[in-house]
Formats: sequence, C-alpha cells, structure tokens
Amino acid sequence: MTVTDAPKLITARFDQDDAYLLSGYEASGGYKALRKALGSSPDAVMAEVKAANIQGRGGAGFPAGTKWGFLPPDISPRYLVVNGDESEPGTYKDRLLLERDPHQLIEGVLIAAFAIAANQAFIYIRGEMPLAHERVANALNEAYAAGYIGRDIMGSGWSIDVVLHWGAGAYIVGEETALIESLEGNRGMPRLKPPFFPAVKGLYMQPTIVNNVETLSNVPWIVNNGGAAFAALGTEESSGTRIFALSGHVRRPGVYEVEMGKTTFRDLIEAPVYGGGIHHGRSLKAFIPGGASAPWFYEEHLDLPLSKPAVDKAGSMLGSGAVVVMDETTCPVRAALRVVRFFAHESCGKCTPCREGTNWLEKIMHRIEEGTGRLDDLDLLLDVSDNLSPGITWPPKQTTICPLGPSAVSPVASSIKRFRDDYLAHIDHGGCTYD
Amino acid sequence: MTDIATSESVTETGVSITLNGRVIEAQPGELVITAAENAGVYIPRFCHHPRMEPVGMCRMCIVEIDTGRGPALLPSCMIPVAEGMVVETESPITKKAQDGVLEFLLINHPLDCPVCDKGGECPLQDQTVAFGPGESRFIEEKRHYEKPIAISEVVQLDRERCILCDRCTRFSQTVAGDPLISFVNRGNATEVNTFPDHPFASYFSGNTVQICPVGALTATPYRFKARPWDLDQVESTCTSCSVGCRVAIESSSNQLVRYLGVDVDAVNWGWLCDKGRFDFEAVNSENRLVRPLVREGDELVDSTWSDALAKASHALAGAKERHGSASIAIVGGARLTNEEAYVWSKFARSVLGTDSIDAQIGDGLPSDIALGLPRATIDETCAAKTVVLLSPDLKEELPVLYLRLRDAVVNHGLKLVEISASETSMTPYAAVSLRYRPGEAALLAQQLFEGSGDVDVQADLGRARTLIEGGSTVCVLGRSSVAERADSVVQAALRLCSHVPAIRFLVALRRANVHGALDMGLTPGMLPGRVSLEDGREAFTDAWGELPEVVGLDTTGVLHAAAEGRIQALVLLGADPLADFPDRDLARRALVGAGFVVAIDCFETDSVRQADVVFPAATYGEKTGTTTNIEGRVSRLNQKVTSPGTSRPDWMIATELAERLGGDLGFETVEEIWDEIERLAPAHSGITRERLSSSEGLEGIVANGHSPNVVTTMEATATVTLPVDGYSLRLVSARKLYDNGTIVQQSPSLAPLAPGEIVRANPADLDRLGVTTNDRVRIASSRGAIIAPIEPDVGVARGTVMLAFNQPGSGAADLIDASLPVTEVRVETVGRGDQEVSG
Repeated sequence: MTVTDAPKLITARFDQDDAYLLSGYEASGGYKALRKALGSSPDAVMAEVKAANIQGRGGAGFPAGTKWGFLPPDISPRYLVVNGDESEPGTYKDRLLLERDPHQLIEGVLIAAFAIAANQAFIYIRGEMPLAHERVANALNEAYAAGYIGRDIMGSGWSIDVVLHWGAGAYIVGEETALIESLEGNRGMPRLKPPFFPAVKGLYMQPTIVNNVETLSNVPWIVNNGGAAFAALGTEESSGTRIFALSGHVRRPGVYEVEMGKTTFRDLIEAPVYGGGIHHGRSLKAFIPGGASAPWFYEEHLDLPLSKPAVDKAGSMLGSGAVVVMDETTCPVRAALRVVRFFAHESCGKCTPCREGTNWLEKIMHRIEEGTGRLDDLDLLLDVSDNLSPGITWPPKQTTICPLGPSAVSPVASSIKRFRDDYLAHIDHGGCTYD
Repeated sequence: MTDIATSESVTETGVSITLNGRVIEAQPGELVITAAENAGVYIPRFCHHPRMEPVGMCRMCIVEIDTGRGPALLPSCMIPVAEGMVVETESPITKKAQDGVLEFLLINHPLDCPVCDKGGECPLQDQTVAFGPGESRFIEEKRHYEKPIAISEVVQLDRERCILCDRCTRFSQTVAGDPLISFVNRGNATEVNTFPDHPFASYFSGNTVQICPVGALTATPYRFKARPWDLDQVESTCTSCSVGCRVAIESSSNQLVRYLGVDVDAVNWGWLCDKGRFDFEAVNSENRLVRPLVREGDELVDSTWSDALAKASHALAGAKERHGSASIAIVGGARLTNEEAYVWSKFARSVLGTDSIDAQIGDGLPSDIALGLPRATIDETCAAKTVVLLSPDLKEELPVLYLRLRDAVVNHGLKLVEISASETSMTPYAAVSLRYRPGEAALLAQQLFEGSGDVDVQADLGRARTLIEGGSTVCVLGRSSVAERADSVVQAALRLCSHVPAIRFLVALRRANVHGALDMGLTPGMLPGRVSLEDGREAFTDAWGELPEVVGLDTTGVLHAAAEGRIQALVLLGADPLADFPDRDLARRALVGAGFVVAIDCFETDSVRQADVVFPAATYGEKTGTTTNIEGRVSRLNQKVTSPGTSRPDWMIATELAERLGGDLGFETVEEIWDEIERLAPAHSGITRERLSSSEGLEGIVANGHSPNVVTTMEATATVTLPVDGYSLRLVSARKLYDNGTIVQQSPSLAPLAPGEIVRANPADLDRLGVTTNDRVRIASSRGAIIAPIEPDVGVARGTVMLAFNQPGSGAADLIDASLPVTEVRVETVGRGDQEVSG
C-alpha cells in the first residue's frame, strides 16, 4: 500500500469548519498568494504555473500554463471563465471545493486573471449545487468588501470583476464552448473547434481561458510554494496531487487527495485511508477510472499509477477524477445501459449523430436488458458506436461536434468487449441474468 | 461572408488543395464544401445554406480533411480551405460516416414521402434514394408529435419530419431578425417551435419553407396543391413591390401554385417576402374580371370587346374633338410591364394628344426627383459607409430591401441615420434616429447641417452629421406618410444634395413597376428614357408624330380638374384612386366629375365600379416583357399561365383603342416594343433584347444610359415652420405590408393578415387627452372624421398619431386633404372598445 506523505494542497481546509468564511480562510493563510502575485508580475506568475506543469483537472488534462499561453497577445477584453459545471456521474470533487473552500478558488481565479491580464472573470456553477452557489456568492461578497476583488486591488492598480453564474441543469454545459454559449444567454450547445477555440474566439468571441475549479484551486499553493515545489510532487508527467472522487462498491466512498503518479488504483480502492476495499468482501468486476466517459478498467489495471500517461496508454483516461467501482454482482449490461442512458438524456440535440445515436444505443441496450434483444444487436451496437466514434479507438475519433456522443460509446464498447458472454446470456435467457 | 472566411489571411492568389487525389485551385477563405462544389464534387449537406452562417450541425458533409496533422472527419461547411489541405470526399471512412449520419437522420423520420409536399424535390429523399440503405435497422417506435401544427397563418410545421438542421431557426434569427421560432427541449426531444402565444408572424416566414431540406415546413397556400413533378417553372421577377426579387413561378394545370425565390447577388439573395411569395392566389382568383363591362344606367353589365372598345374610343374621340386633348387624362400604370407602359405613353401622347398621364397615385414623389437624383444600386447602398433613411418603413413597403440593409448593418458595419416621424422597423438598427414633426423633414435637414434646433437633440444631430459627411453616403428616399405633402421630404433631399455633393439616392417608390412606368414616361412632362418632353420633343416627334405642346397634370392635378368638370375622359390604368389616393374625398368628387371613365383592371375595385367601360386586363404571370426595379434594373417577366376569360395585356388594349381612333402604334409583339424602347429611350440605349436574354440579363441590367440631373436645376427653398395647433395631433399615415389593396385582399392566405384600423399614439399624449387603452376615439380633421380603436405606442412620437393607410375599415384617406401640407387631427374619446358607439 502506498499512501504517500505528500501534503494536502487543496483539501487542507476541508476539516476546518469556518474555511468557507473569509475570516477562516485568512486565518489559515488565505489571500497571501494573491498579495504575493500582485507584488510580482503577470509573466512571473505565468512562469510559476508553467513550471508547476499542472494538468487541467476538468477531464482533458491539458497543461494549464500552456493553455494560458495560447491567448493571443494584445487582444482585449479577454476573459477567465471557471468551469464549475461538474456533472459527470460519480464526480463530486469540485462541489466540495466550492462548498468548503470557496475563497481558495476565488484567490486562484484572481491570480490566474492577473497572470493572463483579464479584468473580468466568470464563475459558472452547476444549477444543482445550491450550497456551492450560496457559499461562493457569499465569499465573493466578502472578497469584494475586503478589497480582494474590484478596483485597484491592494493598491496594485489592477482591477477585476468576478461574476457568478448559476447553470440551469445541463451536463453538456461542462463542455467549455457550451458553457460559453450558456454564459452568453444562449442554449447550452457546443461550438465547433475549430474555429471556436476559446483561447482565440471564446466568450463574446473574445479570447477566453476556461479552467476547472480544481485546477484554479491549486494556483494559490503554487504561487505560495513555487511551481518547482508543485512539480516535485507526483511524477514528471503527472505533477502535484489530485482529488479523486471514489464511489460505487467500496467500503469508504469519498473524495481523496492523493499524490499523482505514485498512488495506484489499487491504493485508492483498497487502502484503509481511502476506499478500504470492495464492500461486503466481494471481488472486483470492473471500474471506471475517470468518469462515465472513460472506457472501463478491470482487475489487471489495478496497479496502474494514477498518472495521465499511464492511464492513457492503457486505453482510458483519468478524466474528471471519478473512480466508480463495480463488484462481481454488477450486471455489466445494466451498468452500461445506465451510463448510456445518462448520455442520451444529456445529449444537447445539436448534431445528428449524438442526438439520434446515443438515443438509439440506449434503446438497443434497454431492449437487451429487458430481454427482447437479438443476436445481431451486438453488431448493431458496435456499428452505431462506430458511426458516432469511427473505429471505436482511444482516444476517440468523432463524427459529432463535441465528445459527448463518443462518451456513450465507451461503456458500450467496453462492456461488449469484456462481457460479451453476459450480453449473449441476456439474449438467450430473455432478460437480465443478475436479477 | 462568414467570420471564418474573413479571419483567414486573404491573399491575391488562389489556394491549392488536393481533392480526391486531384489538385484544385480554390479561393482563399472559401469553405471546403464550396470549393469542392466549384470543382464538380458535390458533398451532401442539409444544414449548410450559402446565404447563412454555417453551423456544422447536421454532420452530413463531414469528409476526411488533412491539414498536415493527419486526416480527420470534419464538416466541410465549417472549414475554410488552406494551402496543401488534402480532402477525401469518397474515402471509405468518409462514406461510412456519411452513411451513418444519413441513417441517424432517418431513424426518426416518418418516411411519409407519398403524402409529403416535399416528396420529389426533397434533399433527404434524394440522398436516401441515392446512397441510403434499403432497409432500416431501427425497429423501435419513432418519435411522435402532433402533425402538422400551424405556427403562423401561412406556415405549417411537421415536427416528425424535421431533421433539426437549424435552417429555419437560423433564418428567422439571423436573416429576418424575427427570432420567433427556436429549438425547444433537448437531445432526442429537441423540436422546433414557436414561443407560447407568439406565432411565427414574420413577413419572411415563407423563406423557411423554401429552405427547409425536408417537408417539415409547408406553406398553407401550396399544401397538397401539386407534386413537384407536375410543376412547370419559369423564371421571372416579382412585382409585388419595386425591389424586383427574382422568382421562379410554378404552375400546375394552368394555375399558379408556387413562387420560389431565386438567388441573385444583386437583388434578393434568394429571399422573398410572404406577400410576394403568396400573392399568386390573387392571380388565380375567381373574382378576376374576365370580360369587358359597360355601364347601363346604374349597373355595369357584361359586354364584348368590340362593343366596349367602340364605346371607349367613341368617348375618347368625342372628348378630344369637343374639349381638346387636355380634357383627357390617364391615371395609373404601375402594374404594367415596361413595354406596356411605353405603349400607353405613346398612345397618350401621339394618339390622344394628352400629357396628363401619371403612374403615381399622389402618394409618391415628384417625377423629376424620382428620376433626376443621382442613383445608387442596392449593392452600392449596402456597401456605403452611411445610409440615410428618409423613407417609409422599409420592412412594410420594400421588405427584401429591409433584409439587405439589415444584413449590411448587422454583418458589415453599415451605419444608418434614420430621419423619420416615428419609430420604424429599422430604428433598432440605426446608429442615430432623428425625429421630425410631420411636414417638417426639411426643417430637420436644415438643423442637421446648420446645428440649429433644440439643445437636447444637438448630440444626435452632430453624430448624424459626422456620419453623413464622413464618407460614401446613400439616401433611401421616399414618402414616409401620405398624410403630409411630398414637399418636405423633397426639400430635405435637396438639402442633403447641397451639403453632401457626393450623396446618391435609392428612390423608395413602392408600387410594382412604378419605376419602369416613370422611365417610360407615364408621368407628365417626361418621355421614355428619362428625357423631358422638351428635350425629347424632336427625337420623339420623328418617331411618334406630333406631341402635346404643354406639360400635363399629375394625378393630384387630374383629380382636381376632374372634380371641377374639366376632364371629359379619364382612363384608370389599373388605378384605384378611391383606395390609394391619399385624399378620398377628392378622388370621389373626381370620379363623379369626370365625363367618362374607362377602367382597365383585373378586379372590380371601388373605382372600377364608377367606370363607364371596363376592360379586363391580364396580369402577372400571364404576360411577358420586362420590369424595372427600384434601382432602375430592367429584368425579364415571363408568362406561365394564360389569362382568364378574354382578358388581355394592357398594351394590346392601347393598340386596339389607337386603331379605333385612327392611329397605328405600330406594334404586333412585345419584342417589337422593346426594340423601339432600346432605340428611342436614352436611358435604355444598349439594353438590347439579346443582352436581356443572355446570362447577364438573369439578374437584370441597370438602365443608366441617361439621367436628368435634378440637383443642378432644383434648389432647396427656405424651410418653413408650420404653426403648431396645441389642441391637435399631426397624422402620420403609412402603409403596412398587408393592407386593403386588391392583391392582398384577393389572396385568401394574406387577407386575414392585414392588421386593420388601429390608431396609435404616444401614451403621454393619450394621458394628456384623457384617453385610455381600449377606448374608441373620434379623430377629426378639417376633411372629415372617423371612429376607431386606439392603442398606446411609445414608438409614436409625441404630438403625432398614427393610422395605417388603406387598411380594411381604415378611414385615413377620409381625413387627408391633399392640398394641405400636413393633416392636423383632434382626438377625443367616444367610449370603451367593447361598447356600442353612438353618434
């Protein structure tokens, strides 16, 4: 069991009851990093974040410093947008960051905005997180009142406004261009990339950086301790720590901040301080390593380290940091159906393959699970999947505008590949064999 | 046209791409789908439309594109070409992906092609027949919706057929600026629909039917009327207004059943307004005049051409003989083709000997202004830096010009300076809106350039002045209200000319071929080709014979003369002065006072009922020739159906009458007429039939061979301030697209769309007058009084009251005295809207 002695970078205040209040935050060193950043220069802050080599914690895992560097120089206004629309099934790490340490995020937002020379930031919070919304709103008001946000912050001459926006309940808005559309007041539907890369043509067609809540929550620590200290944690390819939201058939589901690259899935699932093992002493059937969009992992993947390159190479992703564990009693067909149903339900309807394809996949899966499947349904599932995600490769190709459609392919393709016999049994038996 | 296109670095040279293994040249910024099409490779598509921003939603056009990082499936409607790009439209991966999309589109499509209007001309059907699978792998229940639902008076929506391509919704939002239809719900439940209690009441709704790639949107006037393979089609030019949109007119069994917009760059870009699209119903109307009528006592009775022609020619000859040619007058002619207008111009002057002929019905502009201001085309107007709108509400009167200008403002940075008496549909798009009191446009123009006037408008005046003087400026000029005389806008225009010498004009006269009629001399003092009676006398006398000595009367003059008993023979050439002339009392007295009235028309209008002889005329779609639009653009009209009964084209009626009066106009065919126009009319010299029939003629040829220069001969006179009557409001009366005009009223689909008689006034004025919403009011002018419902409207300037002209039940014409500069009215409550009104 590897439980490293890495510090808790962003969950350190989770046990502090008043951390969500400005007083509690300041008492534990809050807003020191902002003062430090404003005392240096945007370039210096940017350099620290680049040195930290922090990968985006939203799902795609793109290095944040590099992303900031994509902003074209000399075009303003430019915006910083915080993606707090955490909605992937099994993912609930950002919600806790928002609820328990909102000032940490706000401080990160302010520092990041300073680094990229934005004078306007938006925090977009998922509609189903009322407590997060309430606490961030309160924190923003406190920060305004304390002079951390607004005009001429701490005498630096730099000014910024932060706007809080509450989502209306669409998973797709977690996709950054759909989030931007929603922020603009339009239907939450993704834009096509190219040409609408947010760093070039984002919010109101201006250069825009969209960062995840967890990514930005790391920024104060990076500024306080230096990018090198952050990069020293984890491994070269996956630096720092990361919060994983563990759920499913484990004894201790919850969010755990672990050191990247040095901790394995087995540690996360089995270590007593983390998951504590499969519940009821059962054995593992499968686990989803990085949110519902990720292809499934099995017993043989347990010893993979929690590092982006290792998981990518093994054919899945760390994605949103949601690890969902399924024990031996889980019907893989039903599990895959549940995930597909989620994506079909959340398809925004903008592009044909996703709107029609995810729904069709759900109908076929439903048919099999309910006992009216046909033998050629497996080929049909795979061919429909192929028409959403040509080749069913990893990383996925797509006929769709955004990755939502291909996300529905992951559970279908994974489960058919691994549990074809279960499918055949459903068809033979005329229903679920796990009931 | 797209952001994508303009963001690419544009170089002078072309871009080389490899398309299916072949190197082709494309234009920089061009989309892959367009470049491929130009190279003969058609990539299937549903959501892409060349006149709208691409959205890449249907995914039908995805092809493998390699920009150097390996091939990827990308929508060819969203990706601009780039040097060295490799495109595969027929690779197995492309084909598989496209087949997949097609299958996805079909799984919920009802496949009710046999009962679908679109069947036979449906891109989805064509694509499926060509490439689709023979059988569906989808065995579940399809999506079901109530079908169809009426989303407006003329458009029906079948959501089961809809493939959610965003064409209609995009059109309504980005092209028409009427965001009344939208996607509703999400994912598989997404549908197009209207918002609750807000129908798709757009003047441009028919375009969505035309661009729908399936049969989801159908038009009530066409539903189940024909199958595409039964249709016969010719191209023509719409004459519902003077914009001159190119159309394809289609018939089945000798009935017009559908018009489609044809995409020409210079004019309509494929769009039509609903009035132009659906008014074919009037052509097919049962109420058309089909045989001549003659008066017997109080009644008009059926007659024969020979009797009616004999009666009319006898009256015309008698008038000429006993009272002189000046006792004969002709009013109307805007409905005629250029050729017909020419023949009537020649007939009037060379046979009847009168110059009192006017195609305008007192609601337009003086012809020297209309013909003599420096001209701009629609393209030039849209490409100007600043456009001054001193015009009627373009959305109401020249709808497709509104679309073009709106596009220029929204997408290309055109600045509008609106000078009007009240808010218009263009107000939201104007950089500056200046309001004048009715009758005082000239005063505002003076203040604009002299910096005088109220303090609180100085900032706006200054901004407007900077814009107008700041670069290429075009003025759209017309009558924004028929309740004031034209003098004031004319003076304002002349002021613009003198302060901005490079300014050019688009003269917004609305009615059908009014511009062609003026060009052909259907206006006093002017001969065909925009040459004055004096300047053209020599040349035209050679060709036509003796011409009238003196300049005749315009319509207002003719009606005054007739009312005073000085007109012995009055010809109504498709004119209905009782409905269209601003001053109905004068029109009524004129028709009574005229000795003998000949009417040539398609319908028995109020004015026609006053005539002594009535000839039935052929109309749009029933005759060939040319028409001239607002720019002076001459384009062709084609015949599609035969005219009903014994009705004839107007030019033949003139030649028949001429013959009986001992003249020979010398025409047997329409072609001969055009040849003479081309030979004699200075403005039309060089516009030969060959050119008009060539590809160049498809979008029409602008007649600019000659123009009189009014600017050098007219000068702005000192402006006057009209005394303000503190107890009165000034009437503003303008037209709506749907009115009580014959064409709208004879089109069953359009007639109910006329809003009717509603008086609108500023809430502050209503307060002051003690009038509340839903009250009925009595509006009285020096001419007469009417009673009508009233509504508050902040868009109506204080001190004015608006009443649409020629609405069903509208008495605006009963209030207007054509001899007064403005119409002052008193407004008082007579009772609640739901109460019986007495007195």
